[in-house]
Amino acid sequence: MIRIENVSLRHGKTQILHDISLTIAKGGITALVGPNGAGKSSLLSLIARLQPLQAGRITVDGFHVDATPNRDLARILAILRQDSIFTSRLRVRELVSFGRFPHGRGRLTPADYAIIDQSLQQFDLTDLADRFIETLSGGQRQRALVAMAFAQETDYLLLDEPLNNLDMYFARELMRSLRRIADENGKTIVIVLHDINQAGAHADRIVALKSGRIVADGAPCDLLTPKTLQAIFGFEMRVETVDDTPVVLHFR
Amino acid sequence: MSERRLLFLAGAALLCIVAFMTIGLRGNIGFVLALRATKLAALLQVSVSIAISTVIFQTVTNNRILTPSIMGLDALYLFGQMLLVFLLGGLGYAALDAQLKFGGEIVVLMALATGLLSPMLRRRAEMGLMLLAGIIFGILFRSLHSLLARLVDPNDFAVVQGASFANFNDVRTDLLAFASILTIAGIVIAWRARHVLDVIALGADTATGLGISWSRTVTGLLLLVSALVAVSTALVGPVAFFGLLVVALAERVVDTRSHAALMPAAVLTAVIILVGGQTLFQHALGSSSTLGVVIEFVGGLAFLVLLVFGSRK
Ligand SMILES: Nc1ncnc2c1ncn2[C@@H]1O[C@H](COP(=O)(O)OP(=O)(O)OP(=O)(O)O)[C@@H](O)[C@H]1O
Ligand SMILES: [Mg+2]
Repeated sequence: MIRIENVSLRHGKTQILHDISLTIAKGGITALVGPNGAGKSSLLSLIARLQPLQAGRITVDGFHVDATPNRDLARILAILRQDSIFTSRLRVRELVSFGRFPHGRGRLTPADYAIIDQSLQQFDLTDLADRFIETLSGGQRQRALVAMAFAQETDYLLLDEPLNNLDMYFARELMRSLRRIADENGKTIVIVLHDINQAGAHADRIVALKSGRIVADGAPCDLLTPKTLQAIFGFEMRVETVDDTPVVLHFR
Repeated sequence: MSERRLLFLAGAALLCIVAFMTIGLRGNIGFVLALRATKLAALLQVSVSIAISTVIFQTVTNNRILTPSIMGLDALYLFGQMLLVFLLGGLGYAALDAQLKFGGEIVVLMALATGLLSPMLRRRAEMGLMLLAGIIFGILFRSLHSLLARLVDPNDFAVVQGASFANFNDVRTDLLAFASILTIAGIVIAWRARHVLDVIALGADTATGLGISWSRTVTGLLLLVSALVAVSTALVGPVAFFGLLVVALAERVVDTRSHAALMPAAVLTAVIILVGGQTLFQHALGSSSTLGVVIEFVGGLAFLVLLVFGSRK
């Protein structure tokens, strides 16, 4: 369980998150949606202790994120950031191997190699495994990053816009893989999505953020209504239901 | 593949060492060999400390152009040394045990370097800013050094004056024993940290996500870098571009930034250049004292090339 209590964040004079409280139960996919600058990435990086907590408390599985040794946290929580930077001369397989670092501090066992191979295979990276990251296309690179987060094999997975740069096929594959590990392995996934229909089709719960506040929270079929969507994004859109899944027509 | 290239480097380094020890042996062979062995030990330590400190520093600062000496760390060491002379007076300083002095200087350098650099490394500062800060640090400490030099008694000044430029021919062999403890400790720590260094290279956020305590680890690595810089500066004096040259060459030879391969490669490259160069200059060119100048010249060229054409990103 991820428990966020009264978390606020400010950078200088601007208040970025206003007194956020949110509890995410163990197991399942929670989608974070909201306009640009709403504070989604900020909230995620606070949960993943990438920046210090200024006010409030966050616990993951009962561990306070700002008081638990980093090593221990890295075995229960993995994060994929929106803007990951790369060093040079790094091969895809090496990058994915880093996902195993929290478990063996760099020493890889046969079991680790098996997990790495499986992650590579899952994201169709086997043929690219020996390529340098800087020579990949944007989507291939994104897949490599997701594969690394997968290889970390943590119970909690925080993904900030993992569908960036992915084509329709791989976007669907990624969402299906997430669905599978949530259902079969009981993983807890928090994912920032801009594609509201992906959220509608695959998430168990959608939490909407706007200007640093939670403005809507609920199951996709309850939340994806023209009225709520207008409140979140500020414009009108049609919603149809296809095969019991709400589909938002926001293109025109 | 990088293993084969490492073996090749190791072979070449061994060849240089053998040549250094055996070419032109004359007279009292036992005496000459002992003399050469001492000097070799010093050159090896300098190679190790410069190569490792540069690799680690580049990884922590995430670029291929900065080195500890470009950031003014060796100037800082000389300043710390002069500060001790200033505070203790030349006689007091000269009377101190050489090992004790060296120990004190190292502690001063580690404290100053960590105090100055950690704030910048907390969040990785931008390269341009770091470079600028380094140049300013360098100038600042060199000027403070000469200011103190003018303030202290001329006799006191003579105590430290010997060591303000690199000289591979005239090494401080009296510090060898103490320095070798540091160098060996440095090798052990760096080797054990090789995987951590690979992760550090991914940047603060990714490394944190993988379980590294960024500030603590980076501070520890900086302390290690400072100790190694102190070793090489104490033994042969400041060298500006040697580390840059060595790491740039090693990286091209093994074609990876993986520290398990890059650190040994950089050390071996340094040994080849330093020991091989010393042999060459001593016997073929007849003027061993110019090696430092030549290395700095070539290293400076490498610096310019990397700066202008960009390192391979
Ligand atoms: N380091 C910072 N300094 C100042 N302001 C910041 C900083 N980081 C983020 N912000 C501001 O905080 C707000 C929230 O940013 P955040 O990255 O969390 O948004 P987001 O919801 O992830 O947006 P997007 O959908 O564009 O990724 C934005 O207004 C941003 O400008
Ligand atoms: Mg964001």
